[in-house]
Amino acid sequence: MTTPTWTNPIIKWIDYRLPIFTFTQHHLVEYPTPKNLNYWWNFGSLAGVVLVIMIATGIFLSMSYTPHVDYAFDSVERIMRDVNYGWLLRYLHMNGGSMFFIAVYIHVFRGLYYGSYKAPREILWIIGVIILFAMMATAFTGYVLPWGQMSFWAATVITNMFTAVPLVGEAIVNWLWGGFAVGNPTLNRFFSFHYLLPFIIFALVFVHLWALHVHKSNNPVGVDMKGPQDTIPFHPYYTIKDAYGMGVLMLVYLAFVFFAPNFFLEPDNYIEANPLQTPPHIVPEWYLMPFYAILRAFTQEFLWIPAKVLGVIAMFASVGILALLPWLDTSKVRSARFRPIYKQVFWLFFVDCLVLGYVGANPPEGYLILLGQVATAYYFLHFLVVMPVLGIMEKTRPVPDSISAAVTPGGTSGKEDT
Amino acid sequence: MTETATTGTPADAEKSRRDFLLVTTSTVGVVGTALAAWPFIDSMNPAADVRALSSTDVDITPIEVGQAITVVWRGKPVFIRHRTSKEIDESAAMALEDLPDPETDADRVKKPEWLILVGICTHLGCIPLGQRKGEPKGEYGGWFCPCHGSHYDTSGRIRRGPAPKNLTVPTYAFIEDTTVRVG
Amino acid sequence: MRTSILGATVALALVTGSATASEGPKLAAQNWSFGGIFGTFDRATLRRGVQVYNEVCASCHSLKLVAYRNLGDVGYGAEEVKAIAAEFEVTDGPNDDGDMFTRPALPADRFAAPFENDKAARAANNGALPPDLSVITKARKGGSDYIYALLSRYAEDPPADFELSDGMYYNEVFPGHQIAMSPPLGEDAVEYADGTKATTAQMSKDVTTFLVWAAEPEMEERKRLGIIVMIFLTALTAMLYALKRMIWSDLH
Repeated sequence: MTTPTWTNPIIKWIDYRLPIFTFTQHHLVEYPTPKNLNYWWNFGSLAGVVLVIMIATGIFLSMSYTPHVDYAFDSVERIMRDVNYGWLLRYLHMNGGSMFFIAVYIHVFRGLYYGSYKAPREILWIIGVIILFAMMATAFTGYVLPWGQMSFWAATVITNMFTAVPLVGEAIVNWLWGGFAVGNPTLNRFFSFHYLLPFIIFALVFVHLWALHVHKSNNPVGVDMKGPQDTIPFHPYYTIKDAYGMGVLMLVYLAFVFFAPNFFLEPDNYIEANPLQTPPHIVPEWYLMPFYAILRAFTQEFLWIPAKVLGVIAMFASVGILALLPWLDTSKVRSARFRPIYKQVFWLFFVDCLVLGYVGANPPEGYLILLGQVATAYYFLHFLVVMPVLGIMEKTRPVPDSISAAVTPGGTSGKEDT
Repeated sequence: MTETATTGTPADAEKSRRDFLLVTTSTVGVVGTALAAWPFIDSMNPAADVRALSSTDVDITPIEVGQAITVVWRGKPVFIRHRTSKEIDESAAMALEDLPDPETDADRVKKPEWLILVGICTHLGCIPLGQRKGEPKGEYGGWFCPCHGSHYDTSGRIRRGPAPKNLTVPTYAFIEDTTVRVG
Repeated sequence: MRTSILGATVALALVTGSATASEGPKLAAQNWSFGGIFGTFDRATLRRGVQVYNEVCASCHSLKLVAYRNLGDVGYGAEEVKAIAAEFEVTDGPNDDGDMFTRPALPADRFAAPFENDKAARAANNGALPPDLSVITKARKGGSDYIYALLSRYAEDPPADFELSDGMYYNEVFPGHQIAMSPPLGEDAVEYADGTKATTAQMSKDVTTFLVWAAEPEMEERKRLGIIVMIFLTALTAMLYALKRMIWSDLH
């Protein structure tokens, strides 16, 4: 990359002191990007756009929201009724949470399919896992704020998980609550965390992009870029592609906001929190259901460890284990295009996640208990056994020499899924 | 948006079509984004419930001649002063050319004995003194703003000091002889 | 790969959707004036619903998030709103003596509650708490169809093997079928100002429409704005797609 020379004297003056123009030129304009990225590569930038929308709507909502147990529910309804366009801001925020997770989950599964976590992108991937954790914490604290029945009981159930910690569990939970049950201090601090965490996510996204720009994007064939013949500049090719993707995302997102705004929400959350009555059926938001299923899969103690402790450990481990994937996957080949067996295994894992989601959405009764346990077992088996063994045993298809060889007609290419 | 040099040179017609599309799309996109900003900005304007609380009814029977009360209207103090005949005469007699913000007393009251004002100094928004017994009323017998030394007369008109305008008269009406509706 | 992921996502949506809708007796989907993306509240229905709420429901159920001024959106004029509000007493104060007092409600007031607090409401209702109705259609699975069915599907005689507690009523859709609310909308419970015959079904439909409006007063504005935004975005997205095709064309 060459250092651009600026002719405009003002730009030149600023750039000499703070090279933002050179930076933009290098990272958004000339930035060499694989020429063969498919639409699955749109979802990283889409998630970023949703994050910005979430922060913007959140800041304006907080101006009219009151984090007090006596007023929180009514203040949210006041936003819906009296604040100018308050209903729009709140529905954008509420549905934006779901859109954020949809975008990020697709982004994660794209990484899994094309082996984007492999060397030298391990740290990039691990930062992504940390972002996912932070998103879950943000979503959970945000869900509590309207102070409906689901808010209150989600807060109660999730914070109670910490009682699983031996000896000091009770003390930790009282510390989290600022009392002896979920109450006003809890609501206040959850509001504080919910406001803080998105900015931490924002900072982490920058680090994520920093790591990305060191070794640059992976691509559908999973071979490194070897020269200019493999790349195109980010602008205008990917700026326009991302802009188009954004238009499609906004169409889906706003269709929910304007025509089915409560699609993702449990009706129970429109009943004000009642600490004396648990709703008959508590469920988390859809994006946490697979993890909820894993939490509930443990029904018996094992090696003197109580079931509750096992469930909590397993739930956190189910996300945390993603961070170890770069080392658990022993295959030398990145893209599933050239890994015929992994391609099957990937879809099996995907279906397993859907099954966990289904189990998490329903009351733990009858066959669902066993189904949840089998699906949980397979979830961990996938990472701990299938990935290491498959990497050694699998006979991969020949990998093309370069990106340009793969996309040129006649070259070896797994064109079938672009 | 600038075209980067690495792309090939398309035919001229193709290029002008592309430039046209680029400009229109950018314009539509920018307009859309600008319009989307409005709900955010408007959400900070007074909400419907705030706008609805636009009037306050005040019972003025307990206010003796020479006394004043302060009531709250839209979160602001409103001064209601039952003027003495001396104060009324002084205010009416004042020559307009000597006033920084010329206004006759008759234009500022509906009934001469009742003076109703928004109790906020027109300089920088402090609340002038002079409502309670013992508070300084300034050199003209009305109100005195302690923040920057503005003096108001018995019609609430600015006489001396940095304030540019007379104290504001809110919209009000006597719905009965004994009740005033402010707003 | 694209189609299989799409298929799987749709399957997930169906799975979770069916999971949440699988409980309780089947609700007949009514033909609501506000249904669909172009639906609006039928004004005559809303007015009758206001009457049913005020004359029947309001004696037990509060509507604390809705203000009388909001009735302006239903189509009442400023004077009519004032007159409706003035029929109800609200607590205000303290006055200059430090006492609370009651006065006729003003348009800016929220709907007057029938009881001082939840405990008073329970005490007056045999221990049961009549829920606030401000967001009731958003707070129940099935929404308006559920509320309509709840109001109109009481059974005089419960099934033979059903044990009904004292002071309870059998309702076909209420969870557990035992409800403390007596059948609220008997034939001719109200006399409609517009002359419509006040059947149970008619009143149930009218008051349910009113309650949907009370829960989602923004609905008409939301849909109206939504249609404009979707048209705009569709055009913009189409233009972006055309531009994307054009820009990428010199690569192939």
